[in-house]
Amino acid sequence: MAQLARLALSEDEIEPMARELSAVLDHVARIAELELDDVAPTSHVVEVTGALRPDVPRPSLPRELALAQAPAVSEDGFLVPSPQAQ
Amino acid sequence: MSDILELSAAQAAAAIAAGSLSATELFDFYRSRAAADEAAGEDGLNCFTWVAEEAPGASAPAPLGGVPLAVKDLFCTKGVPSQSGSRILEGYLPPYTASAVARLDAAGASLLAKTNQDEFAMGSSTENSAFGVVRNPWDRRRVPGGSSGGSAAAVAAGLAPWALGTDTGGSIRQPAALCGIVGLKPTYGAISRYGMIAFASSLDQAGPLTRDVRDAALMLRHMVGRDECDATSLQFPEAVALPTAERLDGVRLGVPEELSGEGIEGGVLDAFQAALAHAQELGAEVSHVHLAHAPQALSAYYVLAPAEASSNLARFDGVRYGMRAGDADQPSDLLEMYTRTRHDGFGAEVKRRIMLGTYALSSGYYDAYYGRAQRVRTKIAGDFAAAFEQVDLIVTPTAPTVAFALGEKTDDPLAMYLNDVCTVPMSLAGIPAISIPCGLSAGLPVGLQIAGPAFSENRLLAAAHALEQAIAFDGSGARV
Repeated sequence: MAQLARLALSEDEIEPMARELSAVLDHVARIAELELDDVAPTSHVVEVTGALRPDVPRPSLPRELALAQAPAVSEDGFLVPSPQAQ
Repeated sequence: MSDILELSAAQAAAAIAAGSLSATELFDFYRSRAAADEAAGEDGLNCFTWVAEEAPGASAPAPLGGVPLAVKDLFCTKGVPSQSGSRILEGYLPPYTASAVARLDAAGASLLAKTNQDEFAMGSSTENSAFGVVRNPWDRRRVPGGSSGGSAAAVAAGLAPWALGTDTGGSIRQPAALCGIVGLKPTYGAISRYGMIAFASSLDQAGPLTRDVRDAALMLRHMVGRDECDATSLQFPEAVALPTAERLDGVRLGVPEELSGEGIEGGVLDAFQAALAHAQELGAEVSHVHLAHAPQALSAYYVLAPAEASSNLARFDGVRYGMRAGDADQPSDLLEMYTRTRHDGFGAEVKRRIMLGTYALSSGYYDAYYGRAQRVRTKIAGDFAAAFEQVDLIVTPTAPTVAFALGEKTDDPLAMYLNDVCTVPMSLAGIPAISIPCGLSAGLPVGLQIAGPAFSENRLLAAAHALEQAIAFDGSGARV
């Protein structure tokens, strides 16, 4: 699960995490007690229609501003380690 | 001029407009108070993560006239650190400003400070911040509530005239209750979320934390409305009125039995009952209603919010902004960079919620958790709709306890989550709710929550104002 979440956990974090998540999952299991088969799911409580804004071109964030907060930059892009390293 | 401290934000704006107070004098007064707290770090209340260095220059007359505003850290403010209480965003300087802040700025509210918060707004005590815990000004050994704890403590202590916060499952209302101030969570969609660093997008909502109900209405008035940068924002159907009501004649108040008995501590219930007695004296009719699915609301919330959070927080990967683990010049494998950055950058509670949310959304578990929780949400919204056929407004205690001791619940996430039991149902239903102080229990403030149907803010604020006048809560005990 940690790998799915792109989260490294150290050895000493694994046991408390498992214990605490189990306790929370036991609590949320209450929703299994309800009869919900014919109930529609709600993802958003407000109905919004026609939310598109006018299709008018406008400037996007300038490249130097977009790169200004990056931890590593190479020329005009974000610098990341190679996915194929090792 | 020490009586500056006694002015509400609305009164200060009026004094500036009348020429009896200068905006610069007001700003400098609060700036020096906020800076003193910031300099004291954890020996002070630790309300702030950033304080303005000087008053802004003179500007054109505007309705809020230069009244200083404290803003929760998670609102993007251009060129000003916006870190959402997280190590992973330490020092982040956004290239743009959140719509809610921009609208208040345009109305004449000047940015005074950024306020400390639980990391990514995940918490009910403001003990989960990378920038240290916030203390409750009523008793510094206790928490201010959370996640907008810095905003609440700052307003209660008189370190800011008013503050902007966000509420996902109670993060404005619960700290307002624990600090003895007013906190309003508006209808979902009333205020643009553009530029709020997202926690759970279907629940997150900005709102005011203020000394009184009138200030809450004033701040709301200048934030509401459709914003083309947030597709879920809505046009507010009417002008936000500044409340003047003194009576509650004919107003039907419903007390949900599920949220006003079991699990609520005695002193809180006493203050709640006293507030109901005030309401009846003002002419309100009080009756019991049922929110049959309220007991499952917290369970549904702790599936939905972590699920949305696990998705929203995927953007923090050490590539475009924020910190990156290890030496950037000697990159290892990309995947390892992601996992180490997120390990080093996120705190324990955020990791817990990401894990919980990832689990709830994972193949094979999605229907049992996320799908079911969405159906519970439908049931809860239906409960409220049915209740509002019988009553105009619903009243509950805001939080089940008064402010608890620092460290008391940090080792037990579930005990911490139970703080939100009375506030989460309204969040799931997307309806507005306000917390106003209704008395003290053992010397600590108790909050009264009033909730109404979607976009009933004017009625909600009117009722809250009438009750506020009758209760006449004295918040001066928290001033520093």
